[in-house]
Amino acid sequence: MSDLRDLYQEVILDHNRAPRNFGQLPNANRESEGHNPLCGDRVRVSLHVEDDRIEGIAFQGSGCAISTASASLMTEALKGRTVEEARHLFRGFHDLLTTGGSEDGLGKLAVFAGVREYPIRIKCATLAWHAAQAALDQQDHPVSTE
Amino acid sequence: MTLSLTAPQVLAPGYDLDRVRDDFPILSRKINGKPLVYLDNAASTQKPRAVLDAFADCYNGYYSNVHRGVHTLSQLSTEACEQARETVRRTLGAERPDEIVFVRGTTEAINLVACSWGGETLGPHDEILITGLEHHSNLVPWQALCERQGARLRVAPLDDRGEVILEEFERLLSERTRMVAVAHVSNSLGTINPVREMADMAHRYGALVLVDGAQGVPHLQVDVRALGCDFYTFSGHKVYGPSGIGVLYGRAELLEAMPPWQTGGGMVHGVTFEKTTFAPPPHRFEAGTPFIEGAIALGAALDYVNRIGLPAIAAWESELLAHATERLQEVRGLRLVGTARHKAAVVSFAMEGIHPHDVGTILDQEGVAVRAGHHCAQPVMTRYGVPATTRASFGLYNRMEEVDALISALHRARELFG
Repeated sequence: MSDLRDLYQEVILDHNRAPRNFGQLPNANRESEGHNPLCGDRVRVSLHVEDDRIEGIAFQGSGCAISTASASLMTEALKGRTVEEARHLFRGFHDLLTTGGSEDGLGKLAVFAGVREYPIRIKCATLAWHAAQAALDQQDHPVSTE
Repeated sequence: MTLSLTAPQVLAPGYDLDRVRDDFPILSRKINGKPLVYLDNAASTQKPRAVLDAFADCYNGYYSNVHRGVHTLSQLSTEACEQARETVRRTLGAERPDEIVFVRGTTEAINLVACSWGGETLGPHDEILITGLEHHSNLVPWQALCERQGARLRVAPLDDRGEVILEEFERLLSERTRMVAVAHVSNSLGTINPVREMADMAHRYGALVLVDGAQGVPHLQVDVRALGCDFYTFSGHKVYGPSGIGVLYGRAELLEAMPPWQTGGGMVHGVTFEKTTFAPPPHRFEAGTPFIEGAIALGAALDYVNRIGLPAIAAWESELLAHATERLQEVRGLRLVGTARHKAAVVSFAMEGIHPHDVGTILDQEGVAVRAGHHCAQPVMTRYGVPATTRASFGLYNRMEEVDALISALHRARELFG
């Protein structure tokens, strides 16, 4: 089962079982939802951006272990970063998954390197990031928490 | 797991599973270094050599356009195509070959009826009744039709086992009901609907009955007259034939009264710049050059299935289903979705703490091909409170050992995820 362990690393299984920053963000001012109609996965990412810095971030939704762990690890990686740093990190993460880019500077996110061997699952790992990126592209606005 | 729990293999006399498997070249390939265990038959089935040969024989020996030429090849192609239509007629128990229309698949067949019959007939205040277990292909065309015509779509609910609640179904019928569209067999739950009973109820209110047989034809002996349906649809690729070819059966007098839904060549009687008269069914509904070799290969697939015999296939598949249902109980945290009393060989399930896509990936590493997702039946997933399920669906070539391979792979998933 060594191959599967490359994909489902302990860190990923842990974040799937106990996702961090899961739930609503009370003072969110940017929000976006990622939806993969192919598999039904949904993730809603809420951000609190102040002076171009991500002060708070949380996510909600349901999905597979890869998408849940990716969203969870993303929230940890983005908290406290500037918007520009966040975009840079996404580019690095995306390259790691699609073109075998370097793990340098990605920290814990490097656990997703194994996903590259499963092309159909790359979308799972990037879903939350796309949602976060879409949220960062927005202007500030109060987010309804209905 | 070294324990052998394989059930006794009860095969009908003359049903030689090893020989059947030899007929399907793809079954001998490996996936990720493991023998392929193909359990995604409800999505699409693999093809026997007879189907491959039908394509080769047509292209190598007699291919030409149909109904167009006086030359030998055109006549041979036309004959082969019409012979396939006759094979379909026999398989469905239809009365006449002109009740058999070749289309791209079940989806197109249902769209044809929705556009042609529905566009002509359905008005405001009219209703169409479907059930809660329909595939999107037997839901969305009716929903769209109702929106266009200002009519109303009604849905008969399911019970916890995945059976249509017949009292509710009957309660939803009225003089306003113009069409009842039901699946013969549910693709996501495996439920076999009591189509005859439902058709009788519908007819008492003067409604027509369309049966989505995409999952019926591969698993059950179909007799459209015994079922009492007005339309029956199926897809070639789900019954060991090619994708891109399917069938609409319609009672002759209904098809005769229906206008064309697509127009062009091959479906006309006479054309002037002022006026066109249309050919009678089935050609009225087959505008353009049809998928000639696909129709011929579908005939070959049905011949193949009929040689083994649907009663024998159904009996074997129900052994597979019983064994799978029993062994799935031993997987920790597994919940079956769809436990109808009358079921085809489809098992849908949810595993606590493991998303179906992760199950699908883990099984694939073991060579086991299953479907993970909503199976184009999102309302069914909503009804049972799951975003998606993992589905194993069996076909005529599956072995008991493959059920055991599925169970072992599920144990591995459980091991990995804890």
